[in-house]
Amino acid sequence: MKNFLGVICLALMIGGSGTVLASGGGVQLQKAHVDLSDTASLQRGAKLFVNYCLSCHSAHFMRYNRVGRDLGISEELLQEHLMFASDKSGEVMNVAMSVEDGERWFGVAPPDLSVIARSRGANWLYTYFLSFYEDSNPSRPFGVNNLVFKDVGMPHVLWKLQGRQVPVYAEDEHGKKHIESLKLVEPGILNADEYRRAMRDLTGFLVYVGEPAKLVRYGIGFWVLLFLAGFFLLTRLLYREYWKDLH
Amino acid sequence: MSEKEVDLRRRRFLTSSVSVVGGVGAAFVAVPFVASWQPSERAKAIGAPVEVEFGKLEKGQMLRVKWRGKPVWVLRRGAETLSALEKQADLLRDPGSDVVAQQPGYAQNAHRSIKPEILVLVGICTHLGCSPQYIKSNDPHALGDDWPGGFFCPCHGSKFDLAGRVYKSVPAPSNLVVPPHSFLSDTRIVIGVDQGAA
Amino acid sequence: MNKLLTCLLGWVDDRFPLTKLWNEHLAKYYAPKNFNFWYFFGSLALLVLVMQLLTGIWLTMHYKPDAERAFASVEYIMRDVDWGWLIRYLHSTGASAFFVVVYLHMFRGLVYGSFKQPRELIWLFGMAIYMLLMAEAFMGYLLPWGQMSFWGAQVIISLFGALPFGIGEALSLWIRGDYVVSDATLNRFFSLHVIALPLVLVGLVAAHVMALHEVGSNNPDGVEIKKVKGSDGIPKDGIPFHPYYTVKDIMGVIAFLFFFAFVVFFVPEMGGWFLEHANFVPANPLKTPEHIAPVWYFTPFYAILRAIPDKLIGVMAMGGSIGCLFLLPWIDRHPVKSIRFRSPLFFWLITVFILSFVILGYLGTQPATMVFTETGFRLAELYFTFFLILAIYSSESRGAGAYISWFVVLVGALLVIDFLRFDPVKSSLIMGSALLPLAYLAVFLLGPAFTRLNESRPVPERVVWK
Repeated sequence: MKNFLGVICLALMIGGSGTVLASGGGVQLQKAHVDLSDTASLQRGAKLFVNYCLSCHSAHFMRYNRVGRDLGISEELLQEHLMFASDKSGEVMNVAMSVEDGERWFGVAPPDLSVIARSRGANWLYTYFLSFYEDSNPSRPFGVNNLVFKDVGMPHVLWKLQGRQVPVYAEDEHGKKHIESLKLVEPGILNADEYRRAMRDLTGFLVYVGEPAKLVRYGIGFWVLLFLAGFFLLTRLLYREYWKDLH
Repeated sequence: MSEKEVDLRRRRFLTSSVSVVGGVGAAFVAVPFVASWQPSERAKAIGAPVEVEFGKLEKGQMLRVKWRGKPVWVLRRGAETLSALEKQADLLRDPGSDVVAQQPGYAQNAHRSIKPEILVLVGICTHLGCSPQYIKSNDPHALGDDWPGGFFCPCHGSKFDLAGRVYKSVPAPSNLVVPPHSFLSDTRIVIGVDQGAA
Repeated sequence: MNKLLTCLLGWVDDRFPLTKLWNEHLAKYYAPKNFNFWYFFGSLALLVLVMQLLTGIWLTMHYKPDAERAFASVEYIMRDVDWGWLIRYLHSTGASAFFVVVYLHMFRGLVYGSFKQPRELIWLFGMAIYMLLMAEAFMGYLLPWGQMSFWGAQVIISLFGALPFGIGEALSLWIRGDYVVSDATLNRFFSLHVIALPLVLVGLVAAHVMALHEVGSNNPDGVEIKKVKGSDGIPKDGIPFHPYYTVKDIMGVIAFLFFFAFVVFFVPEMGGWFLEHANFVPANPLKTPEHIAPVWYFTPFYAILRAIPDKLIGVMAMGGSIGCLFLLPWIDRHPVKSIRFRSPLFFWLITVFILSFVILGYLGTQPATMVFTETGFRLAELYFTFFLILAIYSSESRGAGAYISWFVVLVGALLVIDFLRFDPVKSSLIMGSALLPLAYLAVFLLGPAFTRLNESRPVPERVVWK
């Protein structure tokens, strides 16, 4: 039994270290601390998503009515507050913009966001939302850049909420300039804390959209493990009963 | 194996408990596998209620729409058709629509519809699932001179009247199904939502 | 009721060897009574196989083997199909669990000498299962049609391109059925993954078990229990598989399922080790992910491939690293089976082998930096030398001279290889890391020459029991 536990510990250690594979281009990622059990937060995130993201980015594996059911939003509220692009609640979250238009306007078609949280990770998304800054380089089509996504193709659609950020430069020992931090030069509608909270909501919603089953998976898993633990004890009794013969 | 005494009762009890708990576990495991055969969310979304605008439908004209992949007919009947319905009761197998499963309660009446003139039917024969043809009395047909108009199934020859009621001595056992539907306005219905449900 | 059943059984038995099969493989199959923890993994592998077949069949009901729709159909399973997420996670976790179980099972065979005479065929069948499992896993990994699926397949199929005289290029083109990995590749891999390979796999598993039940199981002491039989003809150290090992294996199965369910429900991605992050981006033939690594169960061999700075030799070395395992019964011919009675040096030899295998596996997941590649090269040397030393250890009657000459020959070979691949850019790295194989050879070849550390202990007549 000792061996067995050792193997499992090893497996968990390996599993834990695997997360470093999904790092973000040398920038320290900030922790999103997403809480999927906070339905109100997910609802606010959904609202941000449809208002700011869904005009260009689709989530074409996610159905509106699934969002409604999972986040406790009634059909009427769904129609009224979340469904601008579509009229049937069973439809998926598509955008009107075609791939060709997207390529023409942004250089690349805005990617679908259904599983973005699974490929990028919650912390990356959260940091990305916080890390837009003004970049006057004429090659930047929208005058902004991002710390974790260099030369990003999209504008900072949330700038009215966040305000304008400019980079603060520092020099390293070789005299090379690099961005040390970002400074808010013009506040937005939200103050810094509110904006962070809003981005946590948005990240949470994207994590949920990445895998809706996450809302039920842990709960079911708990009961399954409980059942198996009890069953194990029973099978152990049976084993000991039979193996008494051999002493 | 020593000759020590074996507690057979305990052994049997443990064996059967493990079997029972194992069986319960197996039943739990079966749930996802069985449930995954249910219509998926996509199938449900595609089979969602369908709205039909029938304002331009003339008397005797029929609209065909697809709901849950099946043909659904919307037919506007005239006053003479409606009055003719009552006369042929003894030719029919279930003139009073007594088989409850074939229509919602609000269509269990003489004309099998919410508004008398608007008939809504699932266009699938209750015999073996072919889609019957709509044949008016003045269409060319071989159903006899006294054919008052109705539906004829080309597969096995079942006949239905203009309320979807099955004739006697044809293979189909019951009347055509009236799907759940409701009126959004005078000229607009939604198929798949019961009248008074939403 | 009972009488009816007996009657029915008699009717069947007259027409089909039901009772006979039951007795031969369970009720009257006598297994050594001293099986330990490591003996759970055979039955667990069978369990995982059945699970994979079942969940696989169910996934096939919803999956679309079409480059345009494959990625979407997996997400369809994850979202729109009732419980589809669970079936998919059972299958994806099952793939990794299969390799966990099979690696532990092979480790058991290695340390207790289960591959030795008369069980060579069992080992060969087992190795064939392992090879097939790798092919099965590789083809299955293409099906989600994510970036890792695509580029992993691209890299592995390109390995065949290393074959000379244009054969390689023609072969990889033929395997893909297109100029890149494409819809044609996906479609044929799907067919092989869901039908062809599982069929052969099941057949090989049957052969593996039949061969085992023909010669009987080995045990942690490596003692042949059939040598000491009672007056009834039953091995004195044997117990009927049913009920003793069935109840024990059921317990093992439930314990395994506990950990398995933990992964499925709580960490199905295993932090990117079981389901890689980049595989949630649909396949894009124009853009390779920043960092590409095979799934963990291939990485030891992948690290060997990468460590060698020549395409053909690299591919050959990778093939050879698996080939060596096939030949194990004819490499290690030492009469003592179990590690329990073999020499201390043998114990350390195995330990170093397992360690290098695991570290190679880790290196295979990491970016190919200079230090990592060099480490990989040294560990690959240890990996192959292990089999040579096993062969040299097969006889204990060698004199010191034999070991010393082997030492000289191998050190010479090592130096020649380093000379041939010498690169002034990393000269200090090569010279420094050469200490690793040198020390290895010194310990394991000079050890037996000058000490008594390579002496086995006497093997008892009967298994050790309490």
